[in-house]
Amino acid sequence: MFTIGGRELESRLILGTGGFRNLSVMAEAAEESGAELATVAMRRVDPSARGSIVEVLSETGLEVLPNTAGCFTARDAVATAKLAREALETDWVKLEVIGDDRTLLPDPVELLRAAEELVADGFTVLPYTNDDPILARRLEDAGCAAVMPLGSPIGSGMGINNAYNLRLIIEAAAVPVILDAGIGTASDAALAMEAGCDGVLLASAISRAADPVRMAGAMRKAVEAGYEASAAGRIPRRTYAQASTPGEGLAELTPAADPAEHGRGR
Amino acid sequence: MQVVLNGESQELPDGATVEAAVIATGAPADGRGVAVALDGDVVPRGEWSTTPVREGQLVEVLHAVQGGS
Repeated sequence: MFTIGGRELESRLILGTGGFRNLSVMAEAAEESGAELATVAMRRVDPSARGSIVEVLSETGLEVLPNTAGCFTARDAVATAKLAREALETDWVKLEVIGDDRTLLPDPVELLRAAEELVADGFTVLPYTNDDPILARRLEDAGCAAVMPLGSPIGSGMGINNAYNLRLIIEAAAVPVILDAGIGTASDAALAMEAGCDGVLLASAISRAADPVRMAGAMRKAVEAGYEASAAGRIPRRTYAQASTPGEGLAELTPAADPAEHGRGR
Repeated sequence: MQVVLNGESQELPDGATVEAAVIATGAPADGRGVAVALDGDVVPRGEWSTTPVREGQLVEVLHAVQGGS
């Protein structure tokens, strides 16, 4: 159980819904992932589109978390968040303000500006941020309900590129830290949780896997395993071996060439 | 009059409201799950039937789709 913005969640995995072949695969994967929140984007109405993602998610028991994907300015992101609030009746927003198309890295200046405006307007703001401890602190100070640093660029599957920065963010944050973006496979998600993240948000690693439903199950287990391992407290790393079996009482099984040697052990 | 509805030039009768623009996009008539921006500002659903659209305005009618890293 963990809490973001006053909401209690059982699952520490938040699902992005981008990249699924169709809504039925998405629904099956969402169910298998155990996630309770799923991101959606706001786009122009398309009358030819089949099925409503909101209905499908609701039937699967997930709540929608609208994002501001595709926005390059604070102004557009704030307007998109307000449109999402109107359409979906939620004041939660996954805030994304992107700096360029090639890296999809956040624009920190516009991101912070948008976060401040949305917090002032009563939104529960979950910002997708760079893995920058200072920016994370500024977002928290602005009143964001969580900080969501990237592991690596969206869809890159490179995992956690800067574990040191992530550790600094986790050490300093009083709000939940959700690793968002860059997860490629289950071990990346487990590493994020072992590092002390409160949760993981991912989409492509599931939606673009050869078998998305099976990968959704793998991610659920990885997030749980990583969290449990972190809570359990891992052993320290050592340079040399530390025997786990006592040497005392070890039998002597090779006769010595010189009988005087008997009883000396090894 | 001509407006720009979801990026396309669209003829609407003079005095048309936001509600008429929403219907013109093919969005569900009850507007559930839909939000409208007029020149970038949100028009709350309760004001669709009383908010006129003026010549040349940008009307965006949006709904939720798959998306997110």
